[in-house]
Amino acid sequence: MPFGLIKHGLAKTYPFRRDIPAPHELKDSYDVVIIGGGGHGLATAYYLAQKFGIDNVAVLEKGYLGGGNTGRNTAIIRSNYLTTEGVRFYDESVRLYRELSNELDFNILYSERGHLTLAHTDSALRSMRWRAEVNKHLGVESELVFPDDIAKLCSCLNLSDDVRYPILGALYHAPGAIARHDAVAWGYAAGASRHGVELHQETEVLSMDISDNAVTGIVTNRGRIKCGYIVQAVAGFSSLLSKMAGFQLPIRTIPLQACVSQPLKPILDPIVVSGSLHVYVSQSDRGEFVMGGSTDPYPLYSTRSSLEFMEGLMAHILELFPFLSETKVLRQWAGMADMTPDFAPIMGLSPVSNYYIDAGWGTWGFKATPVCGLRMAELVATGIVPDVLRPFALGRFSAFDLVGEKGAASVGH
Amino acid sequence: MTGVNRLDAPVGLLIDRTQQINFRFEGQDYQGFKGDSIASALCANDRWVISRSFKYHRPRGVLTMAGYDSNTLVQLDHEPNVHADKMMLSEGLNVLGQNYSGSLDQDRRSWLGHLSAFLPVGFYYKAFYKPRGAWRLWSSLIRNYAGLGKVSLATTQEYSDKSYAFCDVAVIGGGCAGLRAAIQAANQGAEVTLIDENTALGGALCYARTNSAESESKEIRQTLLAKVAEQENILVLTNAVANGIYSDNWVAVIHGRRLVKLRAKAIVVATGAMEQPAVFRNNDLPGVMMGSAAQRLIRLYGVRPGRSAVVFTSNNFGYGVALDLLECGTTVEAVVDTRENPTNSLTPLLKEYDVKLVTGANVIAGISTPKGDHVMGVEVVAQNRPLTEAFRISCDLLCVSTGFVPSSQLLSHVGANVAYDRSLATFAVSDIPSGIFAAGSVLNRHNLRTVGDDGTYAGSAAATFAGYKAAGNIQPPDPPDAAEYNHRSPIFEHPSGREFVDFDEDLEVHDLRDAVSDGYEQIELLKRYSTLGMGPSQGRHSSLPGVLIASESTGRDPSILGRTTVRPPYTGVKFGTLAGRSFEPVRLSPMHYRHLEAGAKMMPAGLWMRPAYYGSGNRDSIIREEALSVRNGVGLIDVSTLGGLEIRGPDSVEFLNRMYTFSYAKQQVGRSRYVLMTDRSGVIVDDGVACRLSDNHFYVTATTSGVQGVYQEMLWYNAQWQLSVDVTNVTAAWCGVNIAGPLSRDVIKALTNVDVSSSSFPYMAVREGFIADIPARFMRVGFVGELGFEIHVPSTYGEALWDVLMDAGKAIGITPFGVEAQRLLRLEKGHIIIGQDTDGLTHPYEADMAWAISRKKPYFVGSRSIEIQAKRSTARKLVGFVMPDADKDSVPEECQLVVRDGDISGRVTSAAFSPILEKVIGLAYVEFDQAKVENTFTIKFADGRFGIAHVTALPFFDPEGKRQEV
Repeated sequence: MPFGLIKHGLAKTYPFRRDIPAPHELKDSYDVVIIGGGGHGLATAYYLAQKFGIDNVAVLEKGYLGGGNTGRNTAIIRSNYLTTEGVRFYDESVRLYRELSNELDFNILYSERGHLTLAHTDSALRSMRWRAEVNKHLGVESELVFPDDIAKLCSCLNLSDDVRYPILGALYHAPGAIARHDAVAWGYAAGASRHGVELHQETEVLSMDISDNAVTGIVTNRGRIKCGYIVQAVAGFSSLLSKMAGFQLPIRTIPLQACVSQPLKPILDPIVVSGSLHVYVSQSDRGEFVMGGSTDPYPLYSTRSSLEFMEGLMAHILELFPFLSETKVLRQWAGMADMTPDFAPIMGLSPVSNYYIDAGWGTWGFKATPVCGLRMAELVATGIVPDVLRPFALGRFSAFDLVGEKGAASVGH
Repeated sequence: MTGVNRLDAPVGLLIDRTQQINFRFEGQDYQGFKGDSIASALCANDRWVISRSFKYHRPRGVLTMAGYDSNTLVQLDHEPNVHADKMMLSEGLNVLGQNYSGSLDQDRRSWLGHLSAFLPVGFYYKAFYKPRGAWRLWSSLIRNYAGLGKVSLATTQEYSDKSYAFCDVAVIGGGCAGLRAAIQAANQGAEVTLIDENTALGGALCYARTNSAESESKEIRQTLLAKVAEQENILVLTNAVANGIYSDNWVAVIHGRRLVKLRAKAIVVATGAMEQPAVFRNNDLPGVMMGSAAQRLIRLYGVRPGRSAVVFTSNNFGYGVALDLLECGTTVEAVVDTRENPTNSLTPLLKEYDVKLVTGANVIAGISTPKGDHVMGVEVVAQNRPLTEAFRISCDLLCVSTGFVPSSQLLSHVGANVAYDRSLATFAVSDIPSGIFAAGSVLNRHNLRTVGDDGTYAGSAAATFAGYKAAGNIQPPDPPDAAEYNHRSPIFEHPSGREFVDFDEDLEVHDLRDAVSDGYEQIELLKRYSTLGMGPSQGRHSSLPGVLIASESTGRDPSILGRTTVRPPYTGVKFGTLAGRSFEPVRLSPMHYRHLEAGAKMMPAGLWMRPAYYGSGNRDSIIREEALSVRNGVGLIDVSTLGGLEIRGPDSVEFLNRMYTFSYAKQQVGRSRYVLMTDRSGVIVDDGVACRLSDNHFYVTATTSGVQGVYQEMLWYNAQWQLSVDVTNVTAAWCGVNIAGPLSRDVIKALTNVDVSSSSFPYMAVREGFIADIPARFMRVGFVGELGFEIHVPSTYGEALWDVLMDAGKAIGITPFGVEAQRLLRLEKGHIIIGQDTDGLTHPYEADMAWAISRKKPYFVGSRSIEIQAKRSTARKLVGFVMPDADKDSVPEECQLVVRDGDISGRVTSAAFSPILEKVIGLAYVEFDQAKVENTFTIKFADGRFGIAHVTALPFFDPEGKRQEV
């Protein structure tokens, strides 16, 4: 029994500390306003205060903390990307994640389970090799493995040839991990709040005052506030918010659905992904199978569920794990994915002088939470775009400097 | 005998006493009757502990008898997490409890309950991470404690299928409201589908006792069922769960192992209400159950729920429960009513039985047997009196009837608002979208007459919406009356705790309060942090007390706290049911079976299967032999999977000019020309050839995996351009072969009416004619770089074409060759494969394909991007290379990296040992300044070795192209 729990059990009063502060009034003005109280916004706030000493910061969240895509993703963390820029960026994130529970003094349940991306065609095998070679070259643990090794890594996987798409090989990424997504948001929220950041839930941004190409004020449902700098971190609503700030983003917003099974005793250790079958699956610490697939076939601002998604996903899950046929689905849900043309995010400067963007997170945002928070905070604090963010500038779309990450998206989109 | 608690007829609506069923539970043999659920048969046998709880491993028994709670989730051989109170018995069924170590009765982990002080809400966020890396060890331990049932790797998918159904009005729920709605809608002429999750229609009419005589609900039920049976336009589905309502009234109905996908013009949701547990100490003990659960046991299964009972109630339903118990021989020790002055027509009846009535009092605790496995009494205290004044009543059954929440899940799926309503003391549904109607207790109407009126009203409205008007005026029902039935706050905190709010997750009142004081005030945060409502029952019984406790802890009005989002499915649905028979389309070439006969090793190519090579043995040497046969003799490859598009109409040329990079205005009839397609950002996406068959008719090929996308793009663009052109995807209508090699002309010349001589059928020409009487299109193209003819014929002639050519070439050694040899041959010619030698960012300049871009025409898709790229410096380039020192067994793998000064500067996209050149050759991306012929660059091999490659002019083989043009 860990000391923390013994101490707790013997304490007379509850609790030792409050993670999320009670609601309070908005001030008239903040040095930095972060729009969006998800993982990215809260991480940015945390590092601004903790690392750069900027604590006159407000995080505005229209709903509840972590209620957007932070609380809707399937919580997979990996750095086995395709481009040098991508691998470096996500590798820094993985390194921060590994230390995060201790950094935040909040257990985010970070579990390195290993990550298998299955290849069912020779072209998929080629792109797995490409990723493995790039990863290894940059010091990230990835390798191409074949069915005999896969059987050892994931004994419950159906490796039979007698299926529509037999498994020819896989990209194995040992550091691949899952975490409790909510806990990441809460840990950063608690940390930011301990360092003086104000967290305002149920506070929606309605419009912005713009003069001389700068945002001077933000109108919320709780009144108008002034601000020095603004960071937008509102995955799923990025285009709508940037429109308020007066510029456009090359983003199409498409629902991405996911589901969980009822809890089962542990049977699946690694995270298993198949691009050809449009499936990713892992088993959570609670025992639920957490499953996702490709984005919906058309753009839509809605988190409704669809039956077709479940039918297709389950058919493919059973091709990989036929023994789950009598297992039951507990719940399905959807998030909204801001898809960019090159499947890479948009971070850094915007056309508005005091307005920074953190957007275009498609289906890959959760795993970038720590590095994005840290580097966006650095950008706000220093005014200089950190090297690791530089390739992801908004300007790349007009300059034809894309970061081609489509080949490393977990499943086809 | 099927149990000491079994009652005689007439009770036991669902069971057939003539058919005994044997089953095993926890290794012991039991008997039940046909129609029994697992739980009812166990209760009949006086077996009350059925499973154990998730966190503290507390013994649990029946709670709802409706499949709504997680107390009695059990394990079958191949199915975990089965509702014992819902799953029907079958002969030989083998059942185990869940969540225990050792045996169900002697759980070695039941000590976990004593540790609760050390396992506060969200305890895993507060510990287990120090020192660094500690979680790795703790998580494997915690994972083993968590989880519910076990899944067996030996489980196989049973047959399940799907059907599509349509109706005017779908009525979901066959209780009083649903039956009345169905009858009314049918009377108005609508085709009605009535869906009920139970075996017998009638809902609460099957078991509940209304205020008057016991027979009332039975009579109403008989009358309504008779009317339903009379109506030919009502289709009844029982044992059918409407598990979700999706966009546009798309209802997912789980009917046995069939998923019925029902499209309804209008829907009536008459799903009823769920009776709620009261929150008091030990409210989870076996023997503590809902009043309605006791009634279900008695009336549906003929099982006496206990010997001596206390009924704890806030409404008149509780009195019906007491009477039912009395009539089945249970002693009712007391009825404890929270109301000071209950008025009730049943009270005099109770008096006759000499039942003690305790009014203005609360049950504040269940008293457990010493073993902790059953209730043996209750603690009762008068309202507003200290707990020291509590008194005990002995009993082995406590029935709780203190209120309801609507079964509003399906209404939540369609976006209706569900929030706490102070006046009704429960959740209320509002903002139901158009086309969806609701009736009965899901709208907080409980009085039987009002419920019926509401059903008729909703049924009429739904039928009217679907286009079937009512004959007369239908009166709206009385307003919701739930206030009379719901206790305002049935939460009785106890100094010793153990008042469970969420049975799935073992959450007590203080856990929620503690979660709020940790800062998780928003109802969604409270849920996610405490896991309230996250278990298999999805908050069916914990949502309301959760909101009330959060409201009290935060001081916020419960009606503005909202409630957590309810999402599909309504109840757990098997993966196998959703998957069905899992159609994975596979496309086979018309010549497929000829390849199998020839011993081909097949490989997937998009949806198709293609021969990789023929025969068994050393793969590489087979491929090299096949390639050499083409170079030295003649080979035959099936190219049926190539995409084919017919472009016809006066604007055909203009259309191709816009879709592809080349220019087609001057292309002569009878000639083919290369096509290269880029997307709007100038990235190469497909290629092929365009054959001009007449002035206004082109036959265009596309890649196997690209054609579907190309066709969609063509339609998408022309929807805007409105050119006078017709585009048809004829991939499946045509099949074809490529016969290639210096001897290919010799094979076909005697078979065809087309003059195939060099002079009249030159390279890149196209002809139409016959081959062995098969109508065919002939193209001289040079993908493999030899004299060759591509012959396309209607698909039905595929095998005939193959046979004719193989026969004709037999004497000179014609060899079938597969995709792998073709890849090698085209590599020797330096031809790229889209998707292998290009990636998601490759533009034509990088692939050295400036020659394929016409700069004279005003526009093509991607032209603006390509213009911009032409002005920029190109960062990388695709080059040919040879490895002078490599032998045929050390070929770089495709996608190995090109490195320069320790950084990645490119990658190999294709590489092979060329048997004709006796060299290792390949294509690779390198940095622009490395791309000059004779330059060298470094390739990093898998084992970390480096190899030096020499940039070489393309093509590697027959640079003048003499061989293909003879």
